[in-house]
Amino acid sequence: MIIEVNGEKKQLDQQQVLAEAITHWGYECALIAVAHNDEFVPRSRYTAIQLQDGDRLEIVAPMQGG
Amino acid sequence: MTAPNWEIGGRALGSRLLLGTARYPSLAVLQQAIHASGAAIVTVSLRRESASGRAGSQFWRTIKELGVQVLPNTAGCKTVKEAVTTAEMAREVFETPWLKLEVIGDDYTLQPHPFLLVEAAEELCRRGFEVFPYTTEDLVVAERLIQAGCKILMPWGAPIGSGQGLNNPYALRTLRARYPEISLIVDAGIGKPSHAIQAMEMGYDGVLVNTAVARATDPVQMGRAFGLAVAAGRLAYLAGAMLTQEMAEPSTPVTGTPFWHSAPQEPTK
Repeated sequence: MIIEVNGEKKQLDQQQVLAEAITHWGYECALIAVAHNDEFVPRSRYTAIQLQDGDRLEIVAPMQGG
Repeated sequence: MTAPNWEIGGRALGSRLLLGTARYPSLAVLQQAIHASGAAIVTVSLRRESASGRAGSQFWRTIKELGVQVLPNTAGCKTVKEAVTTAEMAREVFETPWLKLEVIGDDYTLQPHPFLLVEAAEELCRRGFEVFPYTTEDLVVAERLIQAGCKILMPWGAPIGSGQGLNNPYALRTLRARYPEISLIVDAGIGKPSHAIQAMEMGYDGVLVNTAVARATDPVQMGRAFGLAVAAGRLAYLAGAMLTQEMAEPSTPVTGTPFWHSAPQEPTK
């Protein structure tokens, strides 16, 4: 199954919930925020989101800004 | 740090300077510039993070160590949906309801999109954010933002990063006169400490600066200069400036000075 993460296509071999996929890709949950198909997902719901083929994720972290 | 004397967004702060954290030569210089400026609020942002990259965590640790209030922005957003989703992500990561709301309407001037800005502000105020909208100097847009629930407005001085200063002092003075109860902060376009003083002398509550400090030859010294300028401008506003006059008025009392003339004289040859 193909998931688009920050505009790049990533392969997932099996059905996973968001929490598993994030850990699998090596992200640290405490430092990121996630939007799933353009909708914000609070950390408390990472285990409730079942990823589907073609889903889009935005994974963001703190950066410098003006 | 100065004793808290400014109440903004439910917090009491000791400096009326807000400092952006982008475009500095290094994290170390950024840290020193924030410290030297005395700024109590710094703006931050969110960017796409790769799993291998840890740039974000290092930056965030540096900011946290400074103990300043962070103001996350929605830089780059062009739609209400993008702004609202970015705001929600920022609230979770930065653990604050404060939000500098940017919805850009033009890529060349980075002018705020007034209609979408108002729409996004309405939604975010409903969701419990303390919205700091980055707006133009337009009076009617300001009115609509206040109706949406904003208690703070951040009109631009000039386009972001341009350093032009206050392009429309008349409109900025009008906003101040019309909304004495709203916290007004000039955001964007400030290039020199003299521009910041000008805004503060008008009675603005604060000034947000980024590029002017980050791209100075010495950002740390410039940070300090802006800290002093904002404080000086505020003091001048509180002190009440004299009225300007067309003609000279001698500052030294003339009565009894040598060669005193009681009436103006024609120039002598």
